[in-house]
Formats: sequence, structure tokens, C-alpha cells
Amino acid sequence: MNEAQPLVIIENLKKYFPISSGLVFQKKAGSVRAVDGISFSIAKGETLGLVGESGCGKTTAGRTILNLYPPTAGKITIDDQEINTENKPDLKEFRRKTAMIFQDPYASLNPRWTVSAIVSEPLRVHKLFKNEKERTERVNHLLNLVGLSSRLINRFPHEFSGGQRQRIGVARALASDPLFIVCDEPISALDVSIQAQVVNLLEDLQDQFGLTYLFIAHDLSMVRHICDRVAVMYLGVIVELAERNELYENPLHPYTQALLSAVPIPDPKRDRERRRIILSGDVPSPINPPSGCRFHPRCSVAFERCKVDIPEWLEEAPGHWVACHLYTNP
Amino acid sequence: MTDAEVVTTKIPRLSQDEIESPPLTLSQLTWRRFRRHKMAMFGGVVLILLFLYSALGSIILPESYANFTDTNLRLQAPTSKHPFGTDAVGRDILARTIYGGQISLLIGLTAVIIETVAGVLIGAAAGYYGGWLDAVLMRITEAMLNIPEIFLLIVMAKEFGGKIPSVSLFGREFSGSVVVIVMIIGLTSWMYLARIVRAEFLSLKENDFVLAARSTGTSNSGIIFKHILPNSMAPIIVSATLGVANAILAEAYISFLGLGVQPPTATWGNMLDGANSYLESAPWLWFFPGMLILLTVLSINFLGDGMRDALDPHSRAV
Amino acid sequence: MDSISKPLLQVEDLRTRFHIPEGTVYAVNGISFVINEGETLAVVGESGCGKSVTMLSIMGLIPIPPGEIVSGKAIFRDKDLIHISEKEFEQLRGEALAMIFQDPMTSLNPVLTIGRQITETLRTHLSVSQEEAEKIAVELLERVGIPEASSRLGAYPHQFSGGMRQRVMIAMALSCNPSLLIADEPTTALDVTIQAQIVELVLKLREQFHMTIIWITHDLGVVAGLADRVIVMYAGFIVEEALVDDLYGNPRHPYTLALLGALPRVDRRRDRRLNSIPGAPPNLLVEPHSCPFAPRCTHVIERCWVENPPLKAIAPNHKTACWVELNDTSIGTS
Repeated sequence: MNEAQPLVIIENLKKYFPISSGLVFQKKAGSVRAVDGISFSIAKGETLGLVGESGCGKTTAGRTILNLYPPTAGKITIDDQEINTENKPDLKEFRRKTAMIFQDPYASLNPRWTVSAIVSEPLRVHKLFKNEKERTERVNHLLNLVGLSSRLINRFPHEFSGGQRQRIGVARALASDPLFIVCDEPISALDVSIQAQVVNLLEDLQDQFGLTYLFIAHDLSMVRHICDRVAVMYLGVIVELAERNELYENPLHPYTQALLSAVPIPDPKRDRERRRIILSGDVPSPINPPSGCRFHPRCSVAFERCKVDIPEWLEEAPGHWVACHLYTNP
Repeated sequence: MTDAEVVTTKIPRLSQDEIESPPLTLSQLTWRRFRRHKMAMFGGVVLILLFLYSALGSIILPESYANFTDTNLRLQAPTSKHPFGTDAVGRDILARTIYGGQISLLIGLTAVIIETVAGVLIGAAAGYYGGWLDAVLMRITEAMLNIPEIFLLIVMAKEFGGKIPSVSLFGREFSGSVVVIVMIIGLTSWMYLARIVRAEFLSLKENDFVLAARSTGTSNSGIIFKHILPNSMAPIIVSATLGVANAILAEAYISFLGLGVQPPTATWGNMLDGANSYLESAPWLWFFPGMLILLTVLSINFLGDGMRDALDPHSRAV
Repeated sequence: MDSISKPLLQVEDLRTRFHIPEGTVYAVNGISFVINEGETLAVVGESGCGKSVTMLSIMGLIPIPPGEIVSGKAIFRDKDLIHISEKEFEQLRGEALAMIFQDPMTSLNPVLTIGRQITETLRTHLSVSQEEAEKIAVELLERVGIPEASSRLGAYPHQFSGGMRQRVMIAMALSCNPSLLIADEPTTALDVTIQAQIVELVLKLREQFHMTIIWITHDLGVVAGLADRVIVMYAGFIVEEALVDDLYGNPRHPYTLALLGALPRVDRRRDRRLNSIPGAPPNLLVEPHSCPFAPRCTHVIERCWVENPPLKAIAPNHKTACWVELNDTSIGTS
């Protein structure tokens, strides 16, 4: 592995959404702290998984990283281009180099546009080809890459199945030849047998084009399969980050342990053998997160310090980071 | 099973029968649903006939004939020479309904163009951008809505009537008062559409395909006009259709109050005004223009109903 | 599992279709199965396989028209559920048969309090006073793990989280001690840790109440932890039926085998690509006359395109509908 600068560097990224109240004059009554200081980096060609349950902020994180929501604080650096709350970056180039694949195959394609228009939009926005003919050739090529016939170029989204629509979404994401793609739960809405098709496609494309992925998901089995490293999010912060086998075989944070133990295993014998850690209660609200370590109200091994101090982000083993007082020095 | 196109072998290909014959496009589906609506089809047919009546009628009877007064033949009941009778100054009512129809329909259409453009631009800006722009635009809209339409019409008619010069179109000379009426109706009816369009934009802009367009780098105006607007056509089309009926009625009100297009130029509305003193003695003066207004407005309403049902995305019928 | 258990529900040759403007949807095409007392039967399949429609047909919840139950019987307590009157069914529903659904937000009435909804169900089926019904309701809520149950009676559905609402649904379903509980994807919309909570709750209640459960899902992971027996459905047919260990350890139908091969594992290192199943599920608007899985099957033979294979036993307690009898496919689980 060379020591080149990572393609994506995220530093202490925060995204708060203001809550306003009041009938006539909307006053700020607090914030939803959806993403509350996350930091990580992704090397070129790597797939980083970002997992967590609903409300943990992973989708917001993905969108903020691509500046679809302006960040409240922190720095985003992609291919040496930096975005923070101070500067006004040239987003055109940024948008060309990045792309997003969305969760909902039915909502992510404009129902009034043809496949050709959808997939060629990045080409037109970035003026990447000289004329319509060249653009169409490129669209045909992209459709073939994702396993769709170019005969379908003038059809509309409603004529396709969920899996096919996701492929169209992937073709669109590839159009401007991006370096970095944020995959926001790209397979959650698909049937099991189609999920495997799309995941294999994403892997093949990564091999072919050297793509870098941020793979946001809640399906921990799939994340283990496709990602190189995995970060676990809880209520706006990352609680653990490690190389994939290390995380799954040696989880350090109590939340990670509970999460992994809750994932069903399609193997009755193994399932009977495993030890389940059942968490109590529900995920608290991101408007008013618990003090100290956010996980402490549901943690079975929490102690006094957990209610007071926010645990430091420490590298407990090489490449294995965790934020938990079980591991911080007294 | 596979076709001859070259593709990387690892990626699973769609089989031949998955590339089915193209199912209906959205427009074809919409037309099909519309066709089943008998009243709407009826309305459409009647409207086409009314348009033909006004358009072709003027080929058969010249405008001078419509304005020709023959005081010997005043207030005559319908005869074979004057199938609709004559009015208070001896003009042929049939001919006047033809020319009056041209103006009434023209006013209806052009007023709707103005109100649709205004309503869409304001509603789209308010819905898409939100924030202070939305607040300002909506307060203006609400203020306009709170003023009674007739009041606005009367005030604007008094203010601008007679100050605008005449216009030539399609070989006819239209007095300035027609332009004034069109502007007035257009500028007092955009609010309803603006609110509807704003609501559409507020909900549509949260869709993933809009986010996808932003992540691609599409500009705001590109998103508004190319992405969101095509998806909100349904309520706009319905509103425009029904707006024509509204405009025709508005013209009738104004003219009936004597503030609209002035005679000798005929409109269905000012013909009704002219019939005011003869309601019982010469009913043919108000009957024919009245019937025509009624037919036009009714058929537009049926048409609008049919379009609303046909364009409804939630309707699962084909 | 005891070897001799009385059958609680016996379904024979159920066929359900829907008549829509585009044509006829052949949703369920001849399903027969039995569920015994005390058993947990999982019905597994992807979207469109007909698993929900089967249960809705049995529960009399298919709108007719456009639905049509062309044939079939569902014998429960000597009554044929498909052919009894609505009145008789109302007595059974809630009391002997209960159903819980995927989205508790739409199955709970948003304008009535939880307490009101539970006591209503109780008073419909048992003759108890409002006071008594409320007491029972509090007990039930406690049993399903809702903290401070008595004060929550006056709460509305939107004030609960997804997991809590599902617990309320379970409480309502169990309120009249039904013989049979049908659960249609009850944990699909829940987070994985909440899903684990609900599954644990169901396992606990199953013991306490000696419940018989039909659990419908697409999640082969959840099935492994819950079911005694499993039915796999595809395009309105049952393609395999087996005891849970046999289904996972020795699947005999190519679809089951392919499906299991397409699943990633949380407890194992990645060793190969996922086996994706090429193509897509068949168009249900076409009346099936051949094996519905043939276009996507890697073991397909001539006969599969011509005749639909019947579901038949190939081992004790293991049935499959396939012309190609896949032999020992032990896929090295654990």
C-alpha cells in the first residue's frame, strides 16, 4: 500500500438542522444534531461502510459529505479539493468528480424523463461531449456497462423493475466518470435475489474503474461482504471504525457488539448457538442526545464516567478506532 | 436468450423477453383514461363546435354585417332571415354572437395565458426557494386573494379602460378595452394557481430525483423548469382549462356592469348587458348569448373534470 | 417438536386471482399446506411470490372484486374459512385467529388511543366491563414490555416508536388468546436491534401462550431463528417445504439453493462473490403452465418448460416441486 494522500478526508463534520417554533415569527428553538462531529478518511479504490440504525445520521452524513446539505462545521476534502463552512468552493468540478446512488429506485429517477435524458444529464451539465451523437454513444456504453440493453434508451422509468431502475441510477452515477461515489442504501429496497445482482455490479465497476465508495447501509451482513473497512454510527457520532474482519470478529464497543449479535444468521444451528445481547429501550432523539457517552442509557456495562465525559476517539489496535470509556485511560 | 450486443460477461444481462414491447407512455395512458370519461369527451366536442362556430362563422358573415344597424328591424323575434332575431338597434343577433364569441373566447384564452404564467412563476419561486421569498410572495398572494375579485375588476377597469390603444390580430381590430380586460382578468386570477403550484413544488422538491439532479450539478433553474415543472403539469393544465371558463364569466360580469368592451364591438357579455331592459319583452336578446356562455362554461367544466381524473397519478385505471 | 400434533389449519388447493384492467393477476396458484398446533411455520419468498395474498385470502381480507378466490379450502376448527359467512368470520377474527402486519402505523387507528383500541377488541370478543377490559389491557402491555403501561393507555399511536407500536399490535393480537397468530412481515420495517427485541418477545410469548404462529417474511435470517418448518414460495406456488434445519442444511429446490447462495453472512469471512439469480420474477399476468422458475434456473431441463412440477415429498417432512431432483446439496452450513 502506498502512502499517498487518501482520496476522501472528513474532519469533525457536523450537520445540525434548526428547529423553529412560533406561529407568526419562526424562532430557533434548538437543533436536530443529525451529524455531530465525525472524522474518517477513505483511500482511493477503497470501500468504506457506514452502518447504523435509523436516526444515527448516516444518510445525512452521506449527503453533507457531497455538500447536498451545507455543513454546519468541519472540513471535507475530496481529491485535494477542500470544502468547509468558510470558503465558497467551485462546486462544478466537485460535482463532476462525485456522484450518489440513492435508496429508492422509484423516487430517484424523474418519472417524466427518458432513460437517455436521465443518464446523460451529467454529460450535459458538465459539457463533457461535443454533440448529441457523442452523448448518445456514451449513454449506450453506460447502459451496457450496467447490464441494460441500449434499446431501452427511450423508455421511461415506470417501465422498469426496481432492480433495473437501480442500474439506471448506477449508470447515471458513472456518467461523468467520477472518482468517489456515495451509495446511500442502494440495495435496501430490492428483493434479495436482485440485491446480489446489484452488489456484484458495483464491485465489478469498482474493479474496472478504480472507484472509491462510501457504502451507507443498515444490512450488516451485506456490509461485511462488500466493504474493506467499516464505521459504526450511533446518534450522530462514530463509535467504532475498523478493518472489516477485525470489526466483525473483535467488536470493542458495546453498541457494535449488540448490533452484531442482533443480526439474524440464515443458519438455524449457528443461530441457536449464538449469544444475543438485547438492548433495552429505543434510540433517543437527536435533538437532545444523552450527556457524556450517547450510548450510556442503553449500555449494559455503563458506569459513572459514561454519563459525564464524552469518550475520546482512540486507536485501540492498529487501524481499529473506538470511542468508549472501557478503553480510555483513567 | 441474449441479444448480440457486446457487454462485459460478468454483469448479468437481461433476457430477450424482458425487453418487452414498450408499454404505453404516460401520455397514452392519460389519453386512454380521458377517453372513458363520457362527459369530458362530450364537453370537448361541444367546445370544438363552439370554436368552429366563431371561427368559421366569420367567414360566412362579415363583421360589418354584425355591426349593421337597421332600425326598421329593431327587436324582431327570430325569423328565417335573422335566426336569432335582432337587437335593440336592429343588428342581427346571430352574427353578433359569432363575433362576440371570438372576443369572449379570445379573452378567455389570453387571460388564462397571463394568469398561468404569473401563477406558475410565483408559485414555483415561493415553493422552491422558501424562506423570505416564499413569505413575501405568499403575503402578496394572500392580500390579493382577500380583495373581492369583482371589486378589483371594477377598479382596474375604471382605471385603465380607454387608456390602451387598439390591437390588430387575425385580421380584426380589437379595441384597447379588450387588452385591458385580458390584463385585468389575468392579473386577478393567478393567485389560486400560485398556491397550488407552490404546494406541488414544496412536496416535489423533497424527492430523490431532485437531490440526484443537485448532486449532478444541475442549476436551480434547470431543476425548477426541467425537473419539477414537468411533474406538476396536471394541476396546471386543469387550472388553465377551468380558468378559461372563469375568464369568460368574468368578462360577462364586467361587460354586464358596463365596464367591459364597449359596443358596437360585440361580446357575449355586453350583449347580455344590452338585453337588460328587454328581459321579458324580447327574451331572444339574452337567450342566445346566455346559452352560448352556458354551453361554453359547462363544456369547459366537463373537460376540466375529465382532465383532472385522467391526469391524476393516483388513479390506477388504464 | 412433538411427532404427533393436531393440525390447526389445513389449506387445500388455494387459488387467488385479481382482475385488473391490464388483465388477470395469478397471485396464488394452488397452495396446500398444514400447520399443526404449537408449531411455528415460516412462509418465505420475495415480493410478488404470493405469501401475503395467501394469508389475506385465508383471513377473508381480500377485496372481492377485484380479487377472486377461484378455489380452495382453509379448514380451521371444522369450518372452511374461505366459504364461511362474514358474520361467522367476525367472531373468529381476533378471538381464534389474529393477524399482525408490517406497518403498525397504518394498522393502528391514529385517532384513537391505544387503550381504547385494545379495550374495544376485548369487549367485542369477551363480555367484560370497561374497567375489567382496561385492567386486562394494562396487563397485556406489561407483558409485551411496554414500560409504565397504565399511563400509556391514554397515548396515541404516533407517540410510540416503531418498535413500541409493533409491541402494541402484538398485545392487541394476543388479547383474546387466539389459537393462531398470523404475522405478516412484522419486523421488516424495524431496525435490527429492535427486530431482535420483538423476536425475543415473540419467542417468550410463544412459550407462555403455547401459540401457533405463521410468520411471513422475505428474511431468511429471521426465519432461521424462529421457525420449526418453512415453506418457500415463488410466483404463487410452493416450491419447497421442510423442517428448518433441513431447508438450510439441505435445500432441494434450485430456487431455495440459489436464494441461500445470494445471502451474505455476518458471521463469516467473505469467501466468494454472491451468487446472484439472473433475470427477474415472472410476470404474474400470464397464467402459469410450466415451472415458474425455469427461465432463471441453472438446472433447468426440457420438461420444466412444458409442465409445472407438483409439490411432492422426497424425504420425510421434506417436499419440493421440481422435476430435477437435486441430490444432497449440503451446503456446508456450520
